Amino acid sequence: MLTETHTGLDSPRGNWWKPAHKSERTWVAIAFGWCIVLFAMMPLWQVKGGQNPSGIRRKVEPAAFFARTQEFIKQYQIGDDRGMPIVAPPPGSDIYLTAMSFQWTPILQLEQGKEYILHLSSLDVNHGFSLYPINVNFQVVPGYDYGLRVTPTAAGDFRIICNEFCGIGHHTMVGRVIVVDSTGTVPSQSGGI
Amino acid sequence: MNATDFRTCPVTARRIHRPAETLVKANAVVAVVSLLIGAIAAVLLVLTRWQAVHLLPAEWFYRILGVHGMSMLIFFIIFYEMAVLIFASTALINARIAAPKLGWAAFALMLGGATLVEVIMWAGKADVLFTSYVPLKADPLYYLGIILFAVGALLVCGIFFANLVVARREQTYTGSLPLVVYGAVTAAIIAVITLLHGAAIYIPTFLWSLGLMNVDPQVYRMIWWGLGHSSQQINVAAMVAIWYMLGALTIGAVVLNEKISRSAFVLYILFISMASAHHLLVDPGMGSAWKIVNTSYFMYMAVLASMIHGFTVPAGMELGQRLRGVGTGMFGWLRKAPWGDPGFSSLVFSVVVFGFVGGITGVTIGTEQINIIVHNTLRVPGHFHATVVSGTAMAFMGATYYLIPLVFQRKVAFWGLAKIQPYLFAGGMFIFVMSMTFAGTFGVPRRHWDISFSQAPFDVAFNPAVDVLLAFVALGGIIAATGAFIFVAIAVKSVFFGEPIGTLVPGVAVVGLPQGITNPPVHAADVDRRNEELHAPGQGWLGPAPGTMVLVFVFLAAFIVYFFVNWKVLSFVWKIG
Repeated sequence: MLTETHTGLDSPRGNWWKPAHKSERTWVAIAFGWCIVLFAMMPLWQVKGGQNPSGIRRKVEPAAFFARTQEFIKQYQIGDDRGMPIVAPPPGSDIYLTAMSFQWTPILQLEQGKEYILHLSSLDVNHGFSLYPINVNFQVVPGYDYGLRVTPTAAGDFRIICNEFCGIGHHTMVGRVIVVDSTGTVPSQSGGI
Repeated sequence: MNATDFRTCPVTARRIHRPAETLVKANAVVAVVSLLIGAIAAVLLVLTRWQAVHLLPAEWFYRILGVHGMSMLIFFIIFYEMAVLIFASTALINARIAAPKLGWAAFALMLGGATLVEVIMWAGKADVLFTSYVPLKADPLYYLGIILFAVGALLVCGIFFANLVVARREQTYTGSLPLVVYGAVTAAIIAVITLLHGAAIYIPTFLWSLGLMNVDPQVYRMIWWGLGHSSQQINVAAMVAIWYMLGALTIGAVVLNEKISRSAFVLYILFISMASAHHLLVDPGMGSAWKIVNTSYFMYMAVLASMIHGFTVPAGMELGQRLRGVGTGMFGWLRKAPWGDPGFSSLVFSVVVFGFVGGITGVTIGTEQINIIVHNTLRVPGHFHATVVSGTAMAFMGATYYLIPLVFQRKVAFWGLAKIQPYLFAGGMFIFVMSMTFAGTFGVPRRHWDISFSQAPFDVAFNPAVDVLLAFVALGGIIAATGAFIFVAIAVKSVFFGEPIGTLVPGVAVVGLPQGITNPPVHAADVDRRNEELHAPGQGWLGPAPGTMVLVFVFLAAFIVYFFVNWKVLSFVWKIG
């Protein structure tokens, strides 16, 4: 049954295509079964889970996307913070966030428990959308519009950190997202999950 | 070719081709120099990310981060792999190098390309980090340097295959290729696939940097990672081959079943280049079907391969020990193992950390949806330092303790330090990797100079635990770098100023030589009968390696827990679709 006992440095003689021992076959079978579980979880979460990176995706001219963002700001601006417009779009609408070195435009004010379609794109290089402290991360690629249906589940004052290297000022690139609760107020404690 | 071109190895009795050996030496020496540059960079980086010290200015932090990535992940690893390929295709099968002059030309191209890249990076003309995502732009010479390096590496792969053909024609070995060489063949095939991806992306990017064409940023990311991630699979294949080699050299590890081990290597070749998707899971360019099929290597077939090697390597070690009558009971084979042999301790740390930390975190964070809470946080470098540093680099270091006497025919210098070096390196890396991974779960970004955000328009207040974790990242990093510096010192002293190994008497220990060299783990003449006994049905379903069987179930349990905890954490974040 067994091949001549040898190490990995020796040339096996003759036909080495022999059945493995039951214990080895058992492990291969268990490992295979686990791989199928690992795989099945992804399509399953697409159907049953609440967090999927699928989105609505299309190509876009960076300048056209930025123009659309500015139009969006003009439409729904309610104030500003340190020169950055604060925009409060109605629930269910398409909302736009442009990344550029080294800022996120504009500041979004959303309502807790309402769905929005968040469009992400970049005016120049790759950026990383990282919502702090929720820890939700997406890649922002110039020339591509990433439309994600998002529903903020908790109110708070959130930050957007850039987590893709975009140049020497990368570490100064921070944006802001405000989520108000049903009474229209923001909890005093910043962020938190 | 003449007879004086050959010598006979006093330990393994193999026929060694001197011109091949010289080329192995040259590649190994450059690899160690690259490791030194990368390790110095590593110390500067961890001392910057430790916010209380914050050593480098922003510009130099990003620059040195690029230097660290290229020096370690490309130059150290690939030069070492070139040495492994030439060694495996000549020394291990008594063969000669088919084209020594071409080998030197390839070496010159690689060295020239690497030097060009280093010069451009240090001069501040390529502050684009390791990934150089278009449209961030570097000096055209940077891309040219990488192209020259890659052409050289591709030539070495060609020489590797030519060596095998010549060896087969000259009948330097009988039967099939040894499993270790088979693993090297796997690494070489993956290297060719990888380097073709490299050509497909760096040549257009070079032309783009000259203003001659356009490169789409998303297409760049996809093809670049066809290079970037697949090259990690060269490392995996080469590392697993070295696991089998070190197991054989240190404790006489046997191959349980050639069919299973070789099929697992074939799975790597078939599915590994799909792993580009691991980096694109939260990218706008691809749909979910594409992401799911690719990120899972078509239903995790490459993960299956690693889980198979993760069983067959330790099981072969256990069986090797049992066949020689070393140790009794479930884990006696491990207790009685040569823990003072740096080749052996490196092997064990490499297998354990690669599997338990690198493997489990890698598969989990490479899941389409879980990647949402992981992408570009410190969990990513936390993962790959467990695979490519604690796994691959540790295995390469362990192999070096055997290559110094076998190839360079020198005693290992600073032997006392050599014995503890794997403990220092693996221990430091473990602290580093775990701290980085936990910091990443708080959303701390990777590749970031200042997470206190002192110059940002809006404040970001991280949990105070993050400061402690980043201090531990620095601590672990410095311990590991110390281990790397000791390794470099040992390698340089042994190779250039080392004592010749002299005449060996089997069974007589010599300071500066691993026990597998002075006291080779030879199997008794009746090994086949003993093997038959250990495989007898009376041994139960745990089989000939019961200790390993228990260990792999512990591994599986850890894997299952970690995987589902991550799904649970994901379910708490905002609804996204």
